[in-house]
Amino acid sequence: MKVNGEAKPLKTEISLLDFLIKEGYQISRIAVERNGRIISNGEYANVILSDADTLEVVSFVGGG
Amino acid sequence: MKQDKLVIGGHEFDSRFILGSGKYSLDLINAAVQNAGAQIITLALRRTNTGDTANILDYIPEGVTLLPNTSGARNAEEAVRIARLAREVGCGDFVKIEVIHDSKYLLPDNYETIKATEILAKEGFVVMPYMYPDLNAARDLVNAGAASIMPLGAPIGSNKGICTKDFIQILIDEIDLPIIVDAGIGKPSQACEAMEMGAAAVMANTAIATAGDIPAMAEAFKKAIEAGRSAYLAGLGRVIEKGGSASSPLTGFLKD
Amino acid sequence: MSKRIDKNTNHMQYTEDMEAIDSDIMDQVIAEMEAYDAAKYTAADVKRALDAETCSPEDFKALLSPAALPFLEEIAQKAQKETRKHFGNSVMMFTPLYIANYCENYCIYCGFNCNNKIKRAKLNTEEIEKEMRTIAETGLEEILILTGESPNMSSVEYIGEACKIARKYFKVVGLEVYPMDSKDYAYLHECGADFVTVFQETYNSEKYKTLHLGGRKRIFPYRFNAQERAVMGGIRGVGFAALLGLDDFRKDALATGMHAYLLQRKYPHAEIAFSCPRLRPIINNDKINPKDVHEPQLLQVICAYRIFMPFASITISSRECARFRDNIIQIAATKISAGVNVGIGGHTGEEKGDEQFEIDDARNVEEIYQMIEEKGMQPVMTDYIYV
Repeated sequence: MKVNGEAKPLKTEISLLDFLIKEGYQISRIAVERNGRIISNGEYANVILSDADTLEVVSFVGGG
Repeated sequence: MKQDKLVIGGHEFDSRFILGSGKYSLDLINAAVQNAGAQIITLALRRTNTGDTANILDYIPEGVTLLPNTSGARNAEEAVRIARLAREVGCGDFVKIEVIHDSKYLLPDNYETIKATEILAKEGFVVMPYMYPDLNAARDLVNAGAASIMPLGAPIGSNKGICTKDFIQILIDEIDLPIIVDAGIGKPSQACEAMEMGAAAVMANTAIATAGDIPAMAEAFKKAIEAGRSAYLAGLGRVIEKGGSASSPLTGFLKD
Repeated sequence: MSKRIDKNTNHMQYTEDMEAIDSDIMDQVIAEMEAYDAAKYTAADVKRALDAETCSPEDFKALLSPAALPFLEEIAQKAQKETRKHFGNSVMMFTPLYIANYCENYCIYCGFNCNNKIKRAKLNTEEIEKEMRTIAETGLEEILILTGESPNMSSVEYIGEACKIARKYFKVVGLEVYPMDSKDYAYLHECGADFVTVFQETYNSEKYKTLHLGGRKRIFPYRFNAQERAVMGGIRGVGFAALLGLDDFRKDALATGMHAYLLQRKYPHAEIAFSCPRLRPIINNDKINPKDVHEPQLLQVICAYRIFMPFASITISSRECARFRDNIIQIAATKISAGVNVGIGGHTGEEKGDEQFEIDDARNVEEIYQMIEEKGMQPVMTDYIYV
């Protein structure tokens, strides 16, 4: 799997929600795009990730 | 007396200072917002590093409207993608469109900005496009559904002041949406000048971020913007033209 | 046939056969006009307006106020500067051609009104061609085609035929005919017309209904939105006017200016023109009526239009005397008629129908041309490329 441009091999099947928690993301502070499609917060638990997926996980930073 | 509110996309604000949050440390944000009296703060969206513990949202006071920008977008499609992701974080419908594919001057691409504005306005965003002050482009942005127009005073981060003054004045005179001068404003006096011209608000970031004392500079800007607004509302006094009055009378021919 | 419109017809309601466009310009203009209190403006407001680089609606109101009259010389100087900036020394020349005087409206102040027993006529296509050929021989390149307001006697097709003939002889064809739907304007544009002028007469709708007692003209909004429909139909430029003196001329001038201003904002490509007709005050009348439009007030209004919309064309009517016309083209007006004959068929000496009003300045094209040159200005027959 690819997360934010970096390879992240996925050994076992895992839901998006569990993955995000395991990785230490603050769930309420992020947005997630899977294979170019936005996954809304409420769907995280229903999405099962596969090793072929590409994830983008973004959050706010300072900006003008 | 009618209250003097800034209205953007149906939302009312008392403050006319939009504060940028870039280029300074998170623990100064709260003081800067407080001293600026700002009710709108801009943010950018970036890839999250795992294990990031500090999040900017935790440092912004309650009740402040978040205005995510689409910095990093090089065309309309990318701007739309960033805007949609920003909304997904769950902080409202505001978005500042910023489309730049010129790494030298960082000037915005009006054409791509118009395209992105049209798409996002239809999706219910309150769209605030950052643009190069061009009247035709501004009209297109109005027609595309923009909630305000944010012309640049000078290249981003240059602190050079309102180099595009005459053209921003044309937008103020001709466009019915709030005109918010964004980028290039380096000093409180320049922010004041923009407000005296009739700008609806001023957005500043680098000028504050690069100041010796960030919260103190935020306060200086706040006062300058308020002064400029008051001057605009009061109606500026006359500038007496040099030189005598004109030649022979034109009205001598009148009879009845 | 549409329903008869008489003095009992609601003048603010479109009839079923009228195209109703979605526009808020009329509401805005009326609100501005109703809120306009000319007496509240002071000398300081006028000075500020004179010093402003661009004239805001607020400045325009000050320039139209009684407080501005003592500054008439300064206002004329400023107007002249603006005119020079946008037009240089050029003065456009044209002539009106009345091709018919049938009218279905009952406007109590107008000689053409349907209850007046005058000689009615309309020119057939041969006669139109003959008149136009005669006019073209004088060197003019712009023509303004007029009819009375009778869609039955002067149909859109009839006007279209006149436009097609006009295109053979002239570079610019303007129309001053009854208001019509945008598709009709589109058709006339195809036939060669590029400019449409409609006089609103007065913008005070309550006054309007007491002056326009019958005919389609009674329907105030249909007339008001004519320019916008014309622009929607592809017409390049539109003209505005109030007949100053019918009602409070300051309010009417304000409304005329705001009408043009808002239309230009909505359609930035539309070219804007003003005409400045007035009802002459009665001479030797002891009563001084503040609503009377004397020459200084007329000059004030024309200069205010110029300063408010420096790029607009301003036409000076042949109803004004030669002295006024010769001077106003050096200050603010940019277009002047010459060789005017307001009867039907008058250019070839065989008048078939009566005139709408008496003209004051009867000079022919050559005389007006020479006068313009003597004033150090440049007479221009056309500055327009047909595209």
